[in-house]
Amino acid sequence: MSLPVLGFILAKIVVVLAVLLTTVAYAVWFERKLLAHMQSRWGPTRVGPHGLLQPIADAIKLLTKEDIIPSGVFRLVYLLAPFLALVTALLSFAVIPYGPSRQVAGVDLFQISDLDIGLLFVLSVGSMGVYGFVLAGWSSNSKYSLLGGLRSSAQMISYELAIGLSVVGVLLLSGSLSLRAIVDAQAGAAWGVLPRWNIFPQFVGFGCFLVAAIAETNRTPFDLPEAEQELVAGYHTEYSSMKFAMFFMAEYANMLTASCMATLLFLGGWHGPLFGPAALQAVLPLFWFALKVFCFMFLYVWLRATLPRFRYDQLMAFGWKFLVPVAMGNLILTSFVIAVWAG
Amino acid sequence: MYQLLFFVFAAAAVGFAVNLLAQRHPIHSALSLIGVMASLASLYLMLGAEFIAVAQVIVYAGAIMVLFVFVIMLLNAAEEERTDRSRLARWMGLPLVLVLLSAITAILYRQVPPDSMVRFGDFPGQTAEIGRRLFLQFLLPFEVVSILILVAIIGAVVLARKET
Repeated sequence: MSLPVLGFILAKIVVVLAVLLTTVAYAVWFERKLLAHMQSRWGPTRVGPHGLLQPIADAIKLLTKEDIIPSGVFRLVYLLAPFLALVTALLSFAVIPYGPSRQVAGVDLFQISDLDIGLLFVLSVGSMGVYGFVLAGWSSNSKYSLLGGLRSSAQMISYELAIGLSVVGVLLLSGSLSLRAIVDAQAGAAWGVLPRWNIFPQFVGFGCFLVAAIAETNRTPFDLPEAEQELVAGYHTEYSSMKFAMFFMAEYANMLTASCMATLLFLGGWHGPLFGPAALQAVLPLFWFALKVFCFMFLYVWLRATLPRFRYDQLMAFGWKFLVPVAMGNLILTSFVIAVWAG
Repeated sequence: MYQLLFFVFAAAAVGFAVNLLAQRHPIHSALSLIGVMASLASLYLMLGAEFIAVAQVIVYAGAIMVLFVFVIMLLNAAEEERTDRSRLARWMGLPLVLVLLSAITAILYRQVPPDSMVRFGDFPGQTAEIGRRLFLQFLLPFEVVSILILVAIIGAVVLARKET
């Protein structure tokens, strides 16, 4: 690998990271604004037009606030936890493709790395992500944090299973673990009109994936780890300043990852109608991808504005007694249909 | 490059393993164990066994260790109390460990001739190939293991059930 190519790759990583962090910052603005309008309020309006500079103001505020470390904490783990949460949240984007394969000087423009096991990589990084929350809850040495951490770990173990089972149907259809290959298997349209997206043959799997992904990212109606009325703020109760912000960023980055995965696995990724001049055609896939991800982010906020929180036993019963059996049934049915079709 | 990474991760694995024994708080020991497993996964990855590496992270470092940590947190286990170590362990422990290690090394070295040792990228990890082997060549062991695990699950449920 020559030096210019290496520099090019590094520049690509920096650009992707910058776009990602900006998106995370504006996802917060988007959620506050949308939530406000759904509740007949205005939301942020003071900083910039429509409050558009609010994320920047928030970042400056969080960076300059006093960083309080309570005296009873287990210091090393307490300091490690927010880093663990944020790093695992950002790491998934190393394998997420956001556009068709476009090689420039031997470097793929629209993906950082096309791993053969891309999907498993995202799942494994997700399974490591729970440590950030659990260790934060434990090391804070406070009962609210501990309860939040416990709930978070139990919830994530339970719903990880459902996520894993619900994506196997997609794997059976595409025959690959590479995210790019999965998206490419969804190109084109059946009978000229219906896109070959996995959501149509795998609508049960899609439903399971969506519910489990919302639970996995600790969002309403599954936000028990940080239920304000019972636990103050759950696992990050004792964190302040930038460490608190890191948990916040990790949560929104996880939401983005889940939205990206739903788009890639079930909604055909960047595939969509292409038209116009060549320059427009080169950019349109990125637009379709962003639009689909945006729809899922909208859904997240919509659910938060609409649904009340589950009770803890309901959450566990729903995961184990409904979601896992349904995902398993979908898996058996899919493999049966494919076996009959192929044989 | 690979050689350097091998020594980094091998040293990390051994370091975490020693730390696992040295730590007095169960959570710190559990964290060290996660470190050991993650380092091992990196070593698998360098051998080219991508699927095994990721399975190691998902199953061991992810699922099983989360349960460990969960139980430690739930029981609120405190730092362990140490008794005075036995005199035999204090004087003979380290030499005996060295004897054991050198015995294992000698046996491995005799069993596996140096030119047939595994090299980096030896197992180009085709996930599909692993599946094919598992369901054609090793079907019986695979099914026997799954029945064993099923029995273990049922046993756990029976043991955990409240007596009525």
